Amino acid sequence: MKTNDVLLRNVTKVVAFIIFLFSLHLFLAGHYNPGGGFVAGLTSAGAITLMFLAYDTKTVKSMLNINTIMLTGIGLLFALGTGLIGILTGDAFLTHKYTHIDLPILGDVSLHTATLFDLGVYLVVVGVTLTIIQSIGESD
Amino acid sequence: MSLLHVAILLPFFAALLIPLVYKWTKKIHTGWLVLPIPVLLFIYFCSFIPKTMHQSTTATMPWIPSFGINFTVVVDGLSLLFALLITGIGSLVVFYSIYYLGKKTERLNNFYAFLMIFMSAMLGVVLSDNLIVLYLFWEMTSISSFLLIGYWYHRERSRYGARKSMMITVFGGLMMLGGFILLHIMTDSFSVREIIASGPAIAGNPLFVPAMIFILLGAFTKSAQVPFHVWLPDAMEAPTPVSAYLHSATMVKAGIYIVARFTPLFAVSEVWFWTVSIVGIVTLLWGSINATKKNDLKAILAYSTISQLGLIMSLLGVGALSLHFGNEEFYAAAIVAAVFHLFNHATFKGSLFMMVGIVDHETGTRDIRRLGGLMRIMPITATIAFIGTFAMAGLPPFNGFLSKEMFFESMTDIVHMNLWNADTWGVLLPVIAWIASVFTFVYSMIIFFKTFTGKNKPYLLPKKPHEAPLGLLLPPCILAFLVVLIGIFPNLIAAPILEPAVKAIVPTLGAADSDFSIHISLWHGITPALLMTIGVVIVGTLLYKTNRYWKPWITTRVPKKLRIGRAYDASMFYLEQGSYRTTMWIMTGWLRTYLNYMLTAFIILIIGTMFITDAFNFNFSAMTPVTAVDFVLAAVILVTLIGTVFSKSRITSIILLGAMGYTVSIFFIISRAPDLALTQLVIETISVVLYLLVFYHLPQFSNIEEKPKWFSVKTILSIGVGVTVTLIALSAFDTTFYDSISQYYLDNAYKEAGGKNVVNVILVDFRGFDTLFETAVLAIASIGIYAMIKLRLTKRREKDENQ
Repeated sequence: MKTNDVLLRNVTKVVAFIIFLFSLHLFLAGHYNPGGGFVAGLTSAGAITLMFLAYDTKTVKSMLNINTIMLTGIGLLFALGTGLIGILTGDAFLTHKYTHIDLPILGDVSLHTATLFDLGVYLVVVGVTLTIIQSIGESD
Repeated sequence: MSLLHVAILLPFFAALLIPLVYKWTKKIHTGWLVLPIPVLLFIYFCSFIPKTMHQSTTATMPWIPSFGINFTVVVDGLSLLFALLITGIGSLVVFYSIYYLGKKTERLNNFYAFLMIFMSAMLGVVLSDNLIVLYLFWEMTSISSFLLIGYWYHRERSRYGARKSMMITVFGGLMMLGGFILLHIMTDSFSVREIIASGPAIAGNPLFVPAMIFILLGAFTKSAQVPFHVWLPDAMEAPTPVSAYLHSATMVKAGIYIVARFTPLFAVSEVWFWTVSIVGIVTLLWGSINATKKNDLKAILAYSTISQLGLIMSLLGVGALSLHFGNEEFYAAAIVAAVFHLFNHATFKGSLFMMVGIVDHETGTRDIRRLGGLMRIMPITATIAFIGTFAMAGLPPFNGFLSKEMFFESMTDIVHMNLWNADTWGVLLPVIAWIASVFTFVYSMIIFFKTFTGKNKPYLLPKKPHEAPLGLLLPPCILAFLVVLIGIFPNLIAAPILEPAVKAIVPTLGAADSDFSIHISLWHGITPALLMTIGVVIVGTLLYKTNRYWKPWITTRVPKKLRIGRAYDASMFYLEQGSYRTTMWIMTGWLRTYLNYMLTAFIILIIGTMFITDAFNFNFSAMTPVTAVDFVLAAVILVTLIGTVFSKSRITSIILLGAMGYTVSIFFIISRAPDLALTQLVIETISVVLYLLVFYHLPQFSNIEEKPKWFSVKTILSIGVGVTVTLIALSAFDTTFYDSISQYYLDNAYKEAGGKNVVNVILVDFRGFDTLFETAVLAIASIGIYAMIKLRLTKRREKDENQ
């Protein structure tokens, strides 16, 4: 007998977005408030895990066609590449740069290469978590 | 690089070419192509004789100058004597081996390559002035000797003999290296001459005696002194030319060389005199008694070599006294006797080994019980044997007689000395020397008379005996001729060879104002020594005649309990068994055992360190006040902890572990660490899920829920570790030594890095390097899990097999 989890699926559709948004908030707010790449990555992975629970693995995979190991690799490249910026400008490895820019609509925005580094961490954590969950979930 | 260096390394380079030559020239015996090398070297070293009578020749080639290690070569009397022996007997042995080893049946390229490496190494040992270079060549002699003993490697006895000699000589070599390093520490030099020159300065050094003992261990193992002589009889499994060359004339004398070389340095010490003399005299007695009970000719010769080396060693020990008295020349007689006997022994023992090789070659056996009456069949061989054995027994007119007389004289002289109690206990030395000489006489007679006289027993021999070809006879003939020549005209070598050698050992004799000269006369009047020799002949003849009565007794009763070879075998056996058992006992294969070891070591090391450094005075002045919330949370953690440890089911433990993790995250919150709390919450959730997953997949049959025991080693260890860690924490709590650096981060997080979340700024900016590699760790973990789950090679292989 196949159970009909329409409630779970519908709730997931809404909640997953909210979790995504929350993780985005955690990620972007990281430099000023609690949060950062690590927790944000875990939260995003949690949203996808919820989708895994509500739907089956195949469906989620067709929705998000991501190679998770590749994602981990890209994340590591981001983290490493951010470090190389410092070397290119003649400073030590992993020396970050930041500036404040006045944008037309958003007003004063601070741009920081540490965010790129955090993005790397974020991608790695998402990739790692999903890799682990998927490989364990698909094994029999 | 001078010609001397070339001379030393020439055989070594020849060894590199021998395999090529062996391949290209099928028709000629490889030995003919090798022969010119030692002959050339012999002629070259002969050219040094006139020069060395007055001074020594030095040549240096830098090798590692920054460490003071240079390939320095010095030719003085002692080195030259050895170099002449090595190259001279080397030439004869190469010539002999051409006829001894068959061209078709033997792997001649191996044989000659090993032999040439050995010759190079031996020349290096005796000519090097640098201790490290000397050690290098020393080990090369060990290795090439190992290869030569194991030449017929398909025989079990050969392999055993090679291994045994390797074990013992390499042990001694390493000891000697230790002694050399100690010398270097004391004198800051590796040069033998410089060290000897600084000798008086280091005599009081506490490292002086250890260095001496270590170097003596090296010399004793190489020269087969009791109790390290056990390898030499087993080394007789080597081809006879090798036995003649290595194990009678050259390598076993390397230890003698070391003792002689270091005499000027160490002879100031009483320890040196007693050790060298006693070990030498005991070896002399032990070797001669053992030689009489053997039935194999080569075994008799092996024990006789041991015995004769003991004789030379004891003479060098007694000669050490010559550095203590004003009247050096009187006591230097022992050194003269040692050097003279060294030369004589090389000649007659070389010829005897070659003689045994001929007998073995022509009759097919070396067992004296099967041989006999060969005199008429092999007259030339019998003559060689006669000269060799009578020289060994110490009978006139051969050279052994002269050196034995000098030996007796030196041993009786020792009674007149009033140094180091030599006048009381020293009486034993001539007595033992006399007894040993009697046995030497007996076994010498056994070798000759049992082999060449009596009844011929052709039915016992594997081959029909006949006289050997000229090629086999020529080298022992030359040596026997030398034995007779030097026996009759001993002063032929006294001035050119012996005198410089003695002067090299006792440098005070070499001084310009010294009018030291050696004169050896065949007839030296009726002295105590001559009477002793007459006594030796009379008692020896009696013993030989009654041989068959006491030989069974000596072979069966006494020596079985006193066999040192057995002690070696037993020690090797128990060493192997012991290490095997220890390993089996310690390495149980249980992870819990290893964990017990580690935790025990942890507790002992930490608590011990705390006791030593007196770290138990705790300072709680910086403690923050504890609130009620802390108490509640601590209580919760305690409850979950006890529950986790003592719960009967695993699932309870997992859930309680999760509860503990969440409580810890609450701790983070009240300690104002929001980032940590967030991460802890998520991670705890994931790990509990993973635990549950693992729990779910446990195989059914091992899923027996087990109640932990209340009391065991584990309990004691875990309490111990807990107490230890608590003590460390309490001891380290005292933060009054220095200020925290956290203020810097608080001040500069926004100014320098443009962030207000200090934790995150530290993670990505101040200490971003760590974070980079933590992400790498995560990536590796995930790929590892992926690989472990996806790549199941074993399963696929099984499937392949089923197909």
